[in-house]
Amino acid sequence: MIATALIPLGFLAVFFVWPVAAIVHRGLSAGGVAAVLGRADTWELVGFTLGQAAASTAVALLAGMPVAFVTARVRLPWIGLLRVLVLVPFVLPTIVVGLAFRTLIPDGGVVAIVLANAFFNVAVVARTVGGLWTHLDRRAEDAARSLGASRLTAFRTVTLPALAPAVGSAAAVVFLFSATSFGVVLVLGAAEYRTLETEIYLRTVELFDLPGAAALSLLQIVAVLAALVAGAVARRRRESALRLRAKEETARRPVGPEWTVVALALAIVGLLMTPIVAMVLRSLSTSDGWGLAGYRALAGTGDRGVLAVSGVDAALNSLRTATDATALALVLGLTASVVLVSLRRGRHRAALVEAVDTALMLPLGVSAVTVGFGYLITLDALPGDLRTSPLLVPLAQALVITPLIIRIMVPVLSSIDTRLRQAAATLGAGPVRVWREVDLPLAARSLLSAAAFGYVVALGEFGATSFLARPDAPTLPVAIGALISRPGELNNQMAYAACTLLMVVTVAVVLLVERLRAPAANLGEF
Amino acid sequence: MSTAACSLSGGDQPAAPGERVVTLVTHDSWAARPELLEEFRRESGIKVEVRKSGDAGALTNQLVLSKANPIGDLAYGVDSTFASRALAENVFAEYRSPEADKGPQRYAIDSSARLTAIDVGDVCVNTHPETLAQKGIPEPKSFEDLADPRYKDLLAVESPLTSSPGLAFLLGTIAHFGEPGWTDYWRRLKANGVKVVRGWEEAYGQEFSGSSGKGQRPIVVSYASSPAAEVAPDGKPRTKALLDTCFRQVEYAGVLAGAKHADDAKKVLDFLASQRFQAEVADTMYVYPARDGVPLPPSWQTAAPAPVTPLAMPSDRVQANRERWVEQWRALAQG
Repeated sequence: MIATALIPLGFLAVFFVWPVAAIVHRGLSAGGVAAVLGRADTWELVGFTLGQAAASTAVALLAGMPVAFVTARVRLPWIGLLRVLVLVPFVLPTIVVGLAFRTLIPDGGVVAIVLANAFFNVAVVARTVGGLWTHLDRRAEDAARSLGASRLTAFRTVTLPALAPAVGSAAAVVFLFSATSFGVVLVLGAAEYRTLETEIYLRTVELFDLPGAAALSLLQIVAVLAALVAGAVARRRRESALRLRAKEETARRPVGPEWTVVALALAIVGLLMTPIVAMVLRSLSTSDGWGLAGYRALAGTGDRGVLAVSGVDAALNSLRTATDATALALVLGLTASVVLVSLRRGRHRAALVEAVDTALMLPLGVSAVTVGFGYLITLDALPGDLRTSPLLVPLAQALVITPLIIRIMVPVLSSIDTRLRQAAATLGAGPVRVWREVDLPLAARSLLSAAAFGYVVALGEFGATSFLARPDAPTLPVAIGALISRPGELNNQMAYAACTLLMVVTVAVVLLVERLRAPAANLGEF
Repeated sequence: MSTAACSLSGGDQPAAPGERVVTLVTHDSWAARPELLEEFRRESGIKVEVRKSGDAGALTNQLVLSKANPIGDLAYGVDSTFASRALAENVFAEYRSPEADKGPQRYAIDSSARLTAIDVGDVCVNTHPETLAQKGIPEPKSFEDLADPRYKDLLAVESPLTSSPGLAFLLGTIAHFGEPGWTDYWRRLKANGVKVVRGWEEAYGQEFSGSSGKGQRPIVVSYASSPAAEVAPDGKPRTKALLDTCFRQVEYAGVLAGAKHADDAKKVLDFLASQRFQAEVADTMYVYPARDGVPLPPSWQTAAPAPVTPLAMPSDRVQANRERWVEQWRALAQG
């Protein structure tokens, strides 16, 4: 078991720890760290970074819980589409979302930053919490109700504690995403509001102040670790075995006040769609009325060849890269999740387990530019000079997706009742067979959900991709970035048409992945 | 990981076995007609592999960080803001291109010929005459006009902290007003309601009334070339660059010190400085050719003529003062 753990940990060591340590070390060896830490505005940066991340997390949790409930517990014909629509914000480039929020909230500022971060992250809550909620046995809740508890009391005392691990997972991920949010903070804060992430970028890329950037990177790592440890402590107190059930058993038509939650969830999804609808309208509007010029141009390589390939080819590039990244991340994430869960069951030292768990999350909390510049001074030591290899794009994306898959899978895997596994073992099944016959069917739906989610994150990934993508093979987000930074009406329409294409591709892919759940269908037998 | 193989083989014609490949490292704004590169490949037998590395600053710093083992054979896109950093760090090897005798040397920055000018870009104030006419206000002409109360709340600029045109505009005001005069000018701009945003996409794409975003402000910091992209169907330019407010940035190419394919990289550099490539930089990258006597596209000659006497600043002066100036600006504009 320990040996299996070496796969994800080794990946993390080579593609994360080594590059980050190298670039931070280079900065630190030049000195001057104490001066940065002594400045008052450094601590203002830390305060603002953590404050806006905490606020964004709170808003995303509040907005995400009703959506998680509806997608997990409610049986209505259009729920499948709702599950997918929630994911759409995740693929949109931050610059485009930033521009959309500037139109909706012209004064911008902190409120706009928090709302935009939450906009991206409602999907994290809906997916992570929904993943566990789907499999939660309804009978405990029903028992509480028949003993006289109100719906609210039953939710608070029975359902919520059972969901706590997933809520903790989601909160940790949203917090990390918001703490390292870059594009929306700059665009909506008009470069006036600064976070550790934006300042690290500025110091590294524009000023080449590596000592300053290294000092801030260390602060970022410490702050993220502190938040992760706090989250892990909260999680550990709550995780317990649950009786997991198949979706078919747990979802039903809403009754009574549940319709209120359904309405609330619909309203939230409606709000999420507002900037999206505005983008689609933008792609269709020309100086003389409505038109499809942007879409027509996208079939080619754009106005005077802004893009080296057609929009369709860019979409195919996106799909290829995302497939590679997701496949890699699934292997790494599932391995890591299984190892983490069995380490916990095996009564290994809890502190060690938590340390591994926390380490696996760190890539979400460290600046992409720190990792990217770290690659420059380390990866040439590996055979094949990965620094300039197209393989680096899916590798870097997998670094971001793997922690997400772990956070979705660990709560589900660890709530599988050990007695089921013991029963299977007693009946003569070996460990692999137990895993295949018990854990996998129970977790299958969550695994597909995690895969779809990872795929979407890879499709929308811009930071690492724009640094590494070859211009002759741009992904859609990279193409959108190129188009939106050019003057001219057609380029602008094309950029928004490309956004629409990206959204359509996303919805199609997720619908396809979620159709794959047939093998899990017979698990109602349990 | 089996699918990784399919992503490597798809989407691009890989170099044939034994083919000579030169890696060109550049910034996000690089664009070239694929057919032109293919033509060069046929004639020279050299396939140019292009790798983009963020903006000009990110590009320069990546070259500096990887100089012990360069990530390519030549680089294009280090501009006059960052050139002195690259030169001081000895990122580039000496090479005097025969094509550089045709004009690019007028922008020479370095007596040892490590950098060859490929194009120039001018950051200028752009206006939307239609909106100004509706408001009954005459066209502004100079930096000074923008601080005139007649133009209150009409100007949008990018932050020099986060935007390359924003920094160029700040440098332009420093070159024009000198120290410490520029600080007083910015105080007056602030009192006159200048709107500062993060980047060009917001300033030009959203705030400016002359772009497809149809914003509220008829005056914006953009490029001398921008009006060429805003020509009405009848061929008349809808927007205008104020040629007395321009700050010039020169973009350079150079062979990287320690390049694995240095000889072929020199041929690619010759190609970048050649008449054929230079004739297309305006259309593909919205910049002006550095080479002398290369005609601009017809629509540019009326909509976006090159500024005759733009402001400029030596690269080493920019590098020495940039952080201090930006901090001073931050205290003035956002304090």
